[in-house]
Amino acid sequence: MNTRRRPSGGRIDRSRPISFSFNGRRYLGYQGDTLASALVANGVRLIGRSFKYHRPRGIFGSGAEEPNALVQVGEGARTVPNLKATQVELFEGLTARTINGWPSLRLDLYGISDKLGGLLPAGFYYKTFMWPRGWWARYERHIRKAAGLGRAPIDADPDHYDKRDVHCDVMVVGAGPAGLMAALSAGRSGATVIIADEQSEFGGSLLSGTGTVSSQPMSSWLAGMVEALSAMPEVRLLSRSTVTGYYDHNFLIIDERRTDHLARPDPRVSRERLWRVRAGQVVLATGAIERGLVFADNDRPGVMLASAVRTYLNRYAALPGRHGAVLTNNDSAYEAALDMQAAGLDVTALIDIRQRPAEGLLERAREAGIPVYPGHAVCGVRSGFSGMTDVELCRLTASGDDVLAYKGSVPCQVLAMSGGWNPTVHLHCQSGAEARFDEKLGCFVPGDSVQRARSAGAAKGIFDLGGCLADGVEAGRMAASAAGIAPAATDIPFAKMQEAMSIEPCWELPDGLPEGRGGKKFVDYQNDTLASDIRLAAREGYRSIEHVKRYTALGFGTDQGKTGNINGMAILARELDQSIAATGTTTFRPNYTPVTFGALAGRGIGTEFFDPVRRTAMHTWHVENGARFEDVGQWKRPWYYPLVGEDMAGAVARECLATRKGVGVLDASTLGKIDIQGADAAEFLNRVYTNNWAKLGIGRCRYGLMLGEDGMVMDDGVTARLGEQHYLMTTTTGGAAHVLGWLERWQQTEWPDLKVYFTSVTDRWAVVSMAGPNSRRLLQTLCDDIDLSAEALPFMSCRQGTVAGIAARVFRISFSGELAFEVNVCADFGAHLWTTIMEAGREYGATPYGTEAMHVLRAEKGYIIVGQDTDGSVTPGDLGMDWIVSKDKDFIGKRSLYRPDTIRGNRKQLVGLLTDDPEVRLPEGAQLVNEASTDYPVAMVGHVTSSYQSACLGHSIALALVKGGRSRKGGEVYAQLMSGEVIRATITDPLFYDPDNALQKT
Amino acid sequence: MLEIRCPWCGPRDQSEYSFGGEAHITRPLEPESLSDQQWGDYLFNRKNPKGRHAEQWCHSAGCGRWFNVLRDTVTYRIEKIYKVGQAPGTGDREG
Repeated sequence: MNTRRRPSGGRIDRSRPISFSFNGRRYLGYQGDTLASALVANGVRLIGRSFKYHRPRGIFGSGAEEPNALVQVGEGARTVPNLKATQVELFEGLTARTINGWPSLRLDLYGISDKLGGLLPAGFYYKTFMWPRGWWARYERHIRKAAGLGRAPIDADPDHYDKRDVHCDVMVVGAGPAGLMAALSAGRSGATVIIADEQSEFGGSLLSGTGTVSSQPMSSWLAGMVEALSAMPEVRLLSRSTVTGYYDHNFLIIDERRTDHLARPDPRVSRERLWRVRAGQVVLATGAIERGLVFADNDRPGVMLASAVRTYLNRYAALPGRHGAVLTNNDSAYEAALDMQAAGLDVTALIDIRQRPAEGLLERAREAGIPVYPGHAVCGVRSGFSGMTDVELCRLTASGDDVLAYKGSVPCQVLAMSGGWNPTVHLHCQSGAEARFDEKLGCFVPGDSVQRARSAGAAKGIFDLGGCLADGVEAGRMAASAAGIAPAATDIPFAKMQEAMSIEPCWELPDGLPEGRGGKKFVDYQNDTLASDIRLAAREGYRSIEHVKRYTALGFGTDQGKTGNINGMAILARELDQSIAATGTTTFRPNYTPVTFGALAGRGIGTEFFDPVRRTAMHTWHVENGARFEDVGQWKRPWYYPLVGEDMAGAVARECLATRKGVGVLDASTLGKIDIQGADAAEFLNRVYTNNWAKLGIGRCRYGLMLGEDGMVMDDGVTARLGEQHYLMTTTTGGAAHVLGWLERWQQTEWPDLKVYFTSVTDRWAVVSMAGPNSRRLLQTLCDDIDLSAEALPFMSCRQGTVAGIAARVFRISFSGELAFEVNVCADFGAHLWTTIMEAGREYGATPYGTEAMHVLRAEKGYIIVGQDTDGSVTPGDLGMDWIVSKDKDFIGKRSLYRPDTIRGNRKQLVGLLTDDPEVRLPEGAQLVNEASTDYPVAMVGHVTSSYQSACLGHSIALALVKGGRSRKGGEVYAQLMSGEVIRATITDPLFYDPDNALQKT
Repeated sequence: MLEIRCPWCGPRDQSEYSFGGEAHITRPLEPESLSDQQWGDYLFNRKNPKGRHAEQWCHSAGCGRWFNVLRDTVTYRIEKIYKVGQAPGTGDREG
């Protein structure tokens, strides 16, 4: 039972005990605890093992900066790995486990790597496991297990997530003293304000402090402040909400965790919500994070940030030890020492690295009965089974660079250390602005803002409460004013002002021993990066901090080096004999803290919201009649319709034969359809198609080829002239949106003088194609107001009329080489048209066919599919389609057809291929060579683009692009397969069926 | 994510737009009279400046209209927004 809990005080609710488990053991905490504070209160000191050396680790910080205490929370599909125990709010029934340590935390067999530490320097894995070549895969599994972080859930995520887009005049990031005042002063002026804070409650440093604001205890002043903000209708307060990214044009992302702190969340509430904020002005009141000190064995459980010790004592009423010491290079840790002493955590030594701390500080410490050791340092740590017991004290030389004398050990269960404070400049830097090193403060502070933003309070390097409150008021006032709102007066609350905080930056403490002989000095706990690793990197020639980061892993991981980075940069600077400013920082990138994939995806998952499925009006009939579907763009298209017991090859062969011999029926609704109208429509078509459109009569259709300006085939399709100034263009199914955009772009940006308008009508029309010798007879039974005879409705013409009782457009066009009709009706009647045709077609043997049979039929005719037989590097000439390229007019891409590269002789050209064995089908994509040689490398001369077994012809057919292919008809090529098999094929015309094109004109 | 002011719809997120590359590249009136070099320049060569860049954007998920933007490729600051056919940098300065 909470052996380390203070009897009173703190922000926990002692009337609401909470039972939770950690590594299988049950513990008690209170409402208001984090997992970390509850473990501290239960005397649990060993939380995990380190990543590389498997050293025991305890809780180090109290928030987002925590590098050590990573846990796996929850079970099953809802489990979350690698959470910081310092950020996990306690709730009834919470279960958490250590993520590292095998087979168990206490008996960790990989701990041997600590003893071998000298053999595991920076870059060890790169240097050691990269040979022999190809063995990395074998090593990696074991290295990953040894280094293992938590496990991602395997099951589908049962929760839902959402997003909101919002605008505001002023976005305030952080609800500490400066942020609260900024929100209040901006809010009072009437600005719309969002104030977000990552913690469960607002207050920031006020939650952990002692003392008064405006003569009130901090907690009651804070409560009043939050109440005042909540009462302002234009101020939105978001807690448990981390501003994780600051992007261009004042766009910020907030990750709000809505239910993770609840034992039984309402399933209707989204687990997380991602706020996408476009802010007029931004106030960055993100505070500061304390940094540690680098000394021998500074990672032992019990070594903590002084700010964290204060937080556990004051906010959570939890004692991290019975007695302890303080190690500092600045004034701020004296507050921690006084708080420790007051809380009954006996301070055995206040070790100040500075030779002459301010007299006022020394006096306050002496009054509290704390022994102070100026000019001293810690040069070692003694540990028992579950954490530190003593620290080794030493006297420093006047310069502080070496040990003057060892002074024995001081009993110490918890060492509260402070190496100074780093303003949390992450978002400021993400916004594109620089951080500037301030020699006096010994830290990076925000440089000039480059977006509409300003930093305030500790984030700006103001480290006393009174200064932060005042700066917050000013920042809020200025933000409102910059947002164009007249600011209102806001009183500055009174808090004890402090002399400017004094610090003597210190990046590494000496232990008087040669490198490698003393205890390990950790710079980055999560990645087990040592001071010696950084020096090694410098000796090996690394100069840029970005490279040193990647070589030593400094600053990677879930904490992104929030406590250790600056120490590491300073150690590198010293090794390179240059200033910290010249060394600089690594790049601050989003996200500030990890964000779950669920939050990023939001509702945009699955086929409903992420990748929507498009279905034609006849889809239900296809499903009911056993169609197998294929995805074409977002469309579901019937691929083939197998009968019972029929395989795909059998179904496709049957569908093809039925079409060639009787009549086949195809759902062609997915073809792109663009309605084009206007006085200059014909002129426009002339410019975008390769052929001539000036003389196309009303009621006539024409096939067109569209090129990019580079002369390469981009799309194709039939366009019909419906009226004097009215055309209907069809495009490939996949190219519809692109073609519409293409037309719009040319019209708007290049030829705005042309009067022509484009409307996508793809979804408005359902299209049934009937192909085969019986198609005319079948259509005649359903249509009595159009003369369908060859004379009245010749090939490549169209009429309006009535089919199956519905107003219809009938096009006599063919993609199969057969006599064929395409009937277009309003999509609402598509299903009716289809079923009527299928019923009427029974006596003509009407057979539904899918895209596979459609492909076979068109390949038998040598009709290309753009995107299959072309790949963006194919000209009309390459396809043997010079007949469609006008010489008399300009069109997009024409000039490119005369570039040296497009007229050279050995371009790949479309040909047909026939295999020796009619049963052998060439694989699509197979590379073609001139000789069946194994003398590699073999020159490749082309590839197979389309290949099918043709039931009508009784043998396989293929289309291919072959270098100089048209002049090689009758010659041979070889397809060299991955299996090693070689197939010989003869080059032919890409036209296998009805070479005179007579059937489609009948 | 940039915020771009569509001349017809007002300010919207970048995700509603598509980028069209460098603006003010006029299609030659008589392509056939150009040398390969000249046609190649029109087809392939772009300024790609570090700094001020006149470029085309289309409000593709909105009104579908193309327009021109004068934008700094270093700071991403948008200086001018003006219609197709207007001279480079026409119009009022953006916020």
